[in-house]
Amino acid sequence: MFSRLLIAVHHHLRKDLIMIFKTIAKEDLKKLFDVHLKDIECVGPKQVAASGGGQPIYQFLPFESFDEINLDHEKTEYSAKTYFIPFRETLSSFKFNNGDWTQEINYRKQPRVLVGLHPCDINALVKLDKVFAKDFFPYPYYLSRRKNTFVIGIDCEKPCSDGFCSSLSADVVTHGFDLFLRDIGDKYFVKVGTDRGFNLLNKINPTDITPEERKTYRKKTKEFLAGFEKTIRVENLPNTLDIEFESGGWKKWGDKCLSCGSCSMVCPTCYCYGVSEQVSMDFKKAEKVKQLYSCNLFDFAQVAGGYNFRPARETRLKYRYYHQHRGFVESFGEPMCVGCNRCGRACLAKINPVDVISDLQMEL
Amino acid sequence: MNAILHPYEVTQEEDMMEPLDFNRRSRLKDVDKSFKAEITNVIRLTEMEKLFQLRMVNEDEKNRFTFLPGQFLMVELPGYGEVPISISCSPSIKSSIELCIRKAGKVTEALHKAKRGAVVGIRGPFGTHFPMEKMKKHNVLLIAGGLGLAPLRAPMSYVIENRADFKDVYIFYGAKDPTQLLFDYQYEQWRRIDDIHLEIIVEKPDELWTGPVGLITKLLDGIEVDPDETYAIVCGPPVMFKFVCDRLKEMGIPMQRMFVSLERRMHCGMGKCCRCNIGSTYTCIDGPVLDYWSVMNLKEAI
Repeated sequence: MFSRLLIAVHHHLRKDLIMIFKTIAKEDLKKLFDVHLKDIECVGPKQVAASGGGQPIYQFLPFESFDEINLDHEKTEYSAKTYFIPFRETLSSFKFNNGDWTQEINYRKQPRVLVGLHPCDINALVKLDKVFAKDFFPYPYYLSRRKNTFVIGIDCEKPCSDGFCSSLSADVVTHGFDLFLRDIGDKYFVKVGTDRGFNLLNKINPTDITPEERKTYRKKTKEFLAGFEKTIRVENLPNTLDIEFESGGWKKWGDKCLSCGSCSMVCPTCYCYGVSEQVSMDFKKAEKVKQLYSCNLFDFAQVAGGYNFRPARETRLKYRYYHQHRGFVESFGEPMCVGCNRCGRACLAKINPVDVISDLQMEL
Repeated sequence: MNAILHPYEVTQEEDMMEPLDFNRRSRLKDVDKSFKAEITNVIRLTEMEKLFQLRMVNEDEKNRFTFLPGQFLMVELPGYGEVPISISCSPSIKSSIELCIRKAGKVTEALHKAKRGAVVGIRGPFGTHFPMEKMKKHNVLLIAGGLGLAPLRAPMSYVIENRADFKDVYIFYGAKDPTQLLFDYQYEQWRRIDDIHLEIIVEKPDELWTGPVGLITKLLDGIEVDPDETYAIVCGPPVMFKFVCDRLKEMGIPMQRMFVSLERRMHCGMGKCCRCNIGSTYTCIDGPVLDYWSVMNLKEAI
């Protein structure tokens, strides 16, 4: 039974068949949202503010009209994971009645369209799929959201200033989306990832690719891949992490860390959480709520009775790197990090993975 | 709208609609569903610990529920929270599930106030178990310190029930002082079982104590077992099992034949929340029962 389900999941989330390539006119993409998808919740990268230096700040937010979003955005501050593993989510609710109780569980199933996801965002979803859709105990909360979300991704115009996704093979996507776009001038070059993506695309008159368009696409992709400045080497990283477990470098970074957990909040793959229960004011109901947590927070590994397995900041900071680049590799054969450096941007103490990992690899 | 995106109903997946198969992983299920269990008895063990006997409310669920010695449950107290508790009874008794619970936090404190008849929720069983089948035809050392007797009681019951399948059986139990000894009303019964060596030791004796005094490792001094024919299960606080396992190692017992049960904070029980992660190991999926070699190779495990 389960294998059939797995096949269904595979079929939906990943399609190893020949990728279908099409092109669409730019104004037709606008029409897709403003006409065909106008009754569905659509979420895309919106500019919400500007930084001190005048740099626009983007977030994935719901929009009414296609003009509200910026598909040429550099990178959103928060990742798109919030639409799959929200910061706070009710797992179940209890109703009390004469000393007895009943439990109710609901899964979110309203359809939603997510547009403007970059390769890092989609690769992050593919990694989350491994944890929540394919591993032991598939997670219906996630699966229901994932399958009811239509994902339209878009390639980056150029590598972002601080991203190092190419070092983690997260700069290109092969699956995990319904449609994937690249701007090739007056048109979008479209990779079709799923049958429902194919059906949707057919609403807006896709055309077959011409040899010229194919050339432009390949040229732009090549330029993009050649433009990376930030890199790290991850091939031997799990081994290095094991050997450098007692390294003094961790103390250096741990002393800077404020243990605020911002890195995990903005990370597109961090999924650790805590569960707590809240009782209503009239004592008739209770809610079991899951809330994203961070391994950098003080009580992350504290057990009943008060003993804390990771009381020092450096041990918690170290643990986050171990989970991302050592533990996840052991479980799934690839690091959990996609190299977007959102954590580095959000960090108040200016800690970022490129510096921490390079530091560790330099130590001799 | 629906013509464009067909809503997907996760609850309509075949796996979701089938009745739950307890102790099967890798199945899409209502992972948060707690099964109702009634508290049928509360037995006061010490000031801090009580033994709760539970019976699943639904007859069908009760009949289908199975677990293996060493596994744990997530015990739900609606409105208070959920805690991981190791199962403390024989897997062969279908009518009741026993949980020995120390008053240690918000949820367990509330549980200690619960009376007979109260209904709690359980999810599980989760985690790895002691390899009882492999241990057959070998000598068995069952060693517990403090609250460690709670998880040890499951494999111990198994060994007692299947005594003929094992060679020499030793049960060693140590506690701080006589008031902290758990299940003291059962020692006499265990002692009377033919050919089981039971020794109990305390660190700080009172006037009435007549048994041995000292640390649990002291009990290992007097025994002679063939290390190649011996398995050990060690349950207790990390510092205790480290000393005991090192002592067993000196006796020549391979580290892969010593099993310990780890304790961590858990919020899900199924390898999602990461709270019980040690390095790359999930205590809830890869543990809580691990052999000592694996534990020694885990960073921050003890």
